[in-house]
Amino acid sequence: MNKNKEQLLNKRYKAEQRFRLYGLSAIFMALLFLTIFIFKIFSTGYSAFQKTWLIVPVTFDAELMMLDQNPSKEDLQDADYYDIALKSMADLDLNANEDQENELKRMVSYFFEKEIKNELLNDPNLIGKTKEVYLTASDDLDQVFKGNYPRDLPEDQRRVSDYQLKIFDQLVANGKVESKFNISFFTNADSREAELAGIASSFMGSIFSILVCLMIAFPVAVLAAIYLEEFAPKNRFTDFIEVNINNLAAVPSIVFGLLGLGVLLAIFHLPRSTPLVGGITLSLMTLPTIIIAARASLKAVPPSIREAALAMGASRMQTTIHHTVPLSMPGTLSGTIIGLAQALGETAPLILIGMVAFVNTIPGSPMDPAASLPVQIYIWAESAERGFVEKVSACIMVLLGFLIIMNLFAQIIRHKFEKKWS
Amino acid sequence: MNLILFTFIVLLGFTSYYFGRKKAYTIQSTKKRLTALPQFYGYYLAIWCAIPAFIIFSLWAIFEPTIVKLLILSDYSNQGYLDDELNLLYEKSKALSRGQFTGEITPFIEASAEKYLSLRSIAQSSKVVIVLSAIIASVAYAYKRISSNSRTREPVEKFLNAVLFTASLAAILTTVGIVFSLIFQTIDFFKVIPLFDFVFGTHWYPAKAFVRDSSEALDPTMYSDTFGAVPIFAGTFFIAFIAMCVAIPIGLMSGIYLAEYASTKVRQYAKPLIEILAGIPTVVYGFFAALTVGPFLKELGTSMGLEVSAESALAAGGVMGIMIIPFISSLSDDVITSVPQSLRDGSYAMGATKSETIKRVIFPAALPGIVGSILLGVSRAIGETMIVVMASGLAANLTLNPLESTSTITAQIVVILIGDQAFGDPKTQAAFALGMSLFLVTLCLNIVALRVVKKYREKYE
Repeated sequence: MNKNKEQLLNKRYKAEQRFRLYGLSAIFMALLFLTIFIFKIFSTGYSAFQKTWLIVPVTFDAELMMLDQNPSKEDLQDADYYDIALKSMADLDLNANEDQENELKRMVSYFFEKEIKNELLNDPNLIGKTKEVYLTASDDLDQVFKGNYPRDLPEDQRRVSDYQLKIFDQLVANGKVESKFNISFFTNADSREAELAGIASSFMGSIFSILVCLMIAFPVAVLAAIYLEEFAPKNRFTDFIEVNINNLAAVPSIVFGLLGLGVLLAIFHLPRSTPLVGGITLSLMTLPTIIIAARASLKAVPPSIREAALAMGASRMQTTIHHTVPLSMPGTLSGTIIGLAQALGETAPLILIGMVAFVNTIPGSPMDPAASLPVQIYIWAESAERGFVEKVSACIMVLLGFLIIMNLFAQIIRHKFEKKWS
Repeated sequence: MNLILFTFIVLLGFTSYYFGRKKAYTIQSTKKRLTALPQFYGYYLAIWCAIPAFIIFSLWAIFEPTIVKLLILSDYSNQGYLDDELNLLYEKSKALSRGQFTGEITPFIEASAEKYLSLRSIAQSSKVVIVLSAIIASVAYAYKRISSNSRTREPVEKFLNAVLFTASLAAILTTVGIVFSLIFQTIDFFKVIPLFDFVFGTHWYPAKAFVRDSSEALDPTMYSDTFGAVPIFAGTFFIAFIAMCVAIPIGLMSGIYLAEYASTKVRQYAKPLIEILAGIPTVVYGFFAALTVGPFLKELGTSMGLEVSAESALAAGGVMGIMIIPFISSLSDDVITSVPQSLRDGSYAMGATKSETIKRVIFPAALPGIVGSILLGVSRAIGETMIVVMASGLAANLTLNPLESTSTITAQIVVILIGDQAFGDPKTQAAFALGMSLFLVTLCLNIVALRVVKKYREKYE
């Protein structure tokens, strides 16, 4: 009998330990996912911050460039650089036949002519001389140099030919290939060529959308929260507004995209693909988040503050504007930043209002067509070229960086400026 | 032009504020008592400046284009043009006047473009005159009205109250806007495709319904067996089901552990770390699912002799599940912590172990809240877009095999609406009909979930 009891007790204790273990492993798994996730993004993305350059000797032959003696600045601008650019690439292998010369040309980005031109514009004395110029390597060779390219595939299954690899390896052996920090990733707009594609256009698009979103959502949400928390009578209509707000907070984001498409574009004829429309759509989405945060922080202001103000003869409006609202601002602001961070990561509604269009210029105002960072991630992720994989990860790193900064900022505002009442 | 006018009006507002306050000080200096602080006199005048400007501006924005169009088209009214042609003519002349016209320029269009420009400039200058005179008149009237015994604080506060109230209507307006943007397209869609075919049809090939020539008559038989939404609804719920299979056990168990077992220190670090999962943009999850999880599952399946699609429902659903873990864990953590301590103490006093207490006492007590959190998670899974678009298939297969690819409501909306859309085409309308069903389903889930959670909260407060 006693033994039975002990057995039962042991069993129960074991069950207890098992249960505890389940809980622990659940947390462990959630954190494991997070780690794998971040590790994967960083390990594929960090290399995008480096860019591979080929160092190629270029002879600035005045005759080939159709230049006279003592050319002016304009002459240099209009000169023909294609031939010397082509020749300097072809000269990498003196025995190359025509096909191979073509392959040599494709080892650098199609931008190479311009890079050579800039070199000469910076230093016009180079005419007639030979100088080693840094040329952007093609995205495939960039991947080869970073070790991400499957070189052992049969030749007909990869875009880099054996010949190109041979010449490239020679260049590497001679120290004529260099890897430098990839500034153009941050300054270039999107491009069909992976080696030239940058995030500047989508970054500006994101900034403009977020600014439009902030300018609409913040004032409206704060005013609405003040009304609902401080002035609204308790009746069915206010209840209805509340139910509405709570529901809106849980409506799928793509429905807001349909709203933007069906109302902003189809009825109000606002310009398609622009951060203006994107920002308005996002602001409708962020509105409930900010209202809820602002109401919570208004509620946290103790009634004694209001009573003291009222007792001094202030009107309700004065009490609210002079005392309650300023005291609630830290909470409201940090809620706003968190809402904006959500909006910054949003993709689906922006796709529906056309912000997926290919934009290769940097937008200068919210009325210019643009993409946004998450949409850029989507566009690049859908693209088949190998070079875009690391770009996507790098773009994700930039986006996550921004989200982390915004969230930290929200935390700091909350902890530094919020008054503790109890 | 509008910007200059706007700045000028703002300046006028400040000036009237200044004059209002000045008048209040003058009254004060005559030893008369004021009924409100001097600044209220200023605000009062500023409001009298803002209201007429706002009214005239919005009236102008509404009526100016219509009137200009009527005036221009009145020239052509008796020349036997169709309405569509007239509209086209108008758009052309508008484009020409902006210098954006690229087609053939006929003298006709050129004349109306000139007329358009002159009408616009007349409209602009008359707007300036009317706005400014209205402002000056109303401010002058209000300025004369304020005296020592006139009330200014009450009207100002009433105005502010009205502004606050209007802002709080924004949420309702958004809901109305959503319903409005969805419902008309949906009704048009069901005029062509019978509701029955949509809800019970089992073939979904929107690509078949290519954009129709507008001159061609609409032939409903063309679309038979094209817009049957069963495979999409099934795919949506199937992927959501897979997601919940991942999210519920992990989310719930971590919620329980955090609430009942974890020390304050572990809780302090683990909880925000798990919540990071909720803050990662969904497009990032989509990329992760498409690039890492999908190929990994495919390889794993091939090594076990299974045929796995690279865009399997399992990859999309699994990653979606990871995304939902923090929603469930945080909410159930909150719910479990708010179960009164007395229930726990009672159970311990009877000799129950901690896990027995959790399973037999706390879990049943917290069940409504947990169900609410799960329903919110389901609603999120159904509405999730980017993961499915990037990691799951785009062709709608009717299948229950998690290793094959399926499609969802959200993915189909994106597929249909990406790129240029032709409104009035059944294909575009189909996306709105799908959006409507998505909205209704998530709305029901949200209402039920919020109500359950709220009821539960009241029970223990």
